[in-house]
Amino acid sequence: MSIPFGYVSPEQAMKDRADFARKNVAKGRPLVAVVYDDGVLLCAENPSRSLHKISEIYDRIAFAGVGKYNEFDTLRTAGVRMADVKGYQYSREDVDARSLANAYAQHLGQIFTHEMKPLEVEILVAEVGYEPGADQMFHILYDGTVVDEQHFSVLGGDADTISERLKARFHDAMPKADAVKAAVAALAGDERRPAPAELEAAVLARTNGRRAFRRIEPAELESLLGS
Amino acid sequence: MSLPVFGPGQDPGPSFADLLNRTAVPPPASGGPSGPGGSGGGTGAQAPQTAHGTTIVAVRYADGVVMAGDRRATEGYSIAHRAIEKVYPADRHSGVSIAGAAGFAVEMVKLFQTELEHYEKVEGSALSLEGKANKLGQMVRANLGMAMQGLAVVPIYAGYDLRRRTGRIFKYDITGGRYEEDDFHATGSGGRDARTTIKLGYREGLDREAAIELAIESLYQAADEDSATGGPDVVRGIYPTVATITADGFERVGEDEVAERFQALIARKSAEGQQR
Repeated sequence: MSIPFGYVSPEQAMKDRADFARKNVAKGRPLVAVVYDDGVLLCAENPSRSLHKISEIYDRIAFAGVGKYNEFDTLRTAGVRMADVKGYQYSREDVDARSLANAYAQHLGQIFTHEMKPLEVEILVAEVGYEPGADQMFHILYDGTVVDEQHFSVLGGDADTISERLKARFHDAMPKADAVKAAVAALAGDERRPAPAELEAAVLARTNGRRAFRRIEPAELESLLGS
Repeated sequence: MSLPVFGPGQDPGPSFADLLNRTAVPPPASGGPSGPGGSGGGTGAQAPQTAHGTTIVAVRYADGVVMAGDRRATEGYSIAHRAIEKVYPADRHSGVSIAGAAGFAVEMVKLFQTELEHYEKVEGSALSLEGKANKLGQMVRANLGMAMQGLAVVPIYAGYDLRRRTGRIFKYDITGGRYEEDDFHATGSGGRDARTTIKLGYREGLDREAAIELAIESLYQAADEDSATGGPDVVRGIYPTVATITADGFERVGEDEVAERFQALIARKSAEGQQR
């Protein structure tokens, strides 16, 4: 039997798509999430004050994305919508990160196999627990792979190097200032010190009341980094 | 539930009610089917006996607005609930209080709270106070069909306007008409009595203590004149809800503080032997 002209094996097609997505996600700047004593800290290099990589989804859930902005922002909006509808129809307590992560995974997986091109994104869904140790982080890749992360998570290019750096600095129940320092040091490496205005950071903190999500403004970030 | 992703033509934007219409059962107050009774009621159609909420007040003062409401819900001549909440936070810097058919009112508040938070999250910035007040007006208007059958919901919306740095109060009629009040407002079946009380005691630039005192006195007088408004229930320890909204946000006044003030008011009235 002759192989038809233009035939591409499924293995090759999937590999091409994965390479395409991975390469383009790696072009953007990375993002880290770290569990600390009061919840989860999310931090990324982002010179824009208004185009966020880190956002609030629901009372105890945050979203972070790297890669193509319009693509992960569409995912963010869809997450807000899904969470708000669920919380309105059932109860606020019934909204959880796991089911949201599964919905994201299905969506990304579907696009990866059926559409012209995969989404060039990597996203993180984080949920702060009621008790320390109950925080959850779901790291979802362009093809719908879900990784349930403990302690910390790194998104985007150069993830291995950054993970190594973060691992060296991480310890259980870190105070917020230590977590911020560890996150920034892991992102920037030893040579650079990014200015607070070039960073975007936010926390999901147990002590923040119903809506656990708070952005850390540059002034606060500066004092946390300096202390 | 799969991820709600929409094409360019179908996107509901930041509106939560539009989103519900596209993904799920439409909300009750969004112009969906008009519910039990339909249009066959005609004149003299009797509304079914449902729980009604009653006197709510809002008073502007130096730092913002005080909102308060009694705790009684009635079904016809009987008391349906002794400790219902009528004053709710709408978001960080505003509150909404409700009078009218309790079932619809509580649902409307829930939808309104979700609507404001949804907008804030999707758009990345909160609506202006004016925008929030208009949104609530549209929701009241969507309930007009039910209001004509005797199931009206009439809210008061009040908040601290961060741009103008002042407290603002909005009242509504059943058609969704939105009117801004300068200094105070009260509505519900005891609203008239409460309003008169506030009118007599109101001065520009009241401080927090005086504004709370005035709100409490107005609820006391409303309960004194109106059977459907609950007064302070000393036996069960149930007192009206009072909240302040300032630049620091919506804050419920502690139950102990409210109880103390009511007890002082009762003691004062008893000592004076007032008949009025």
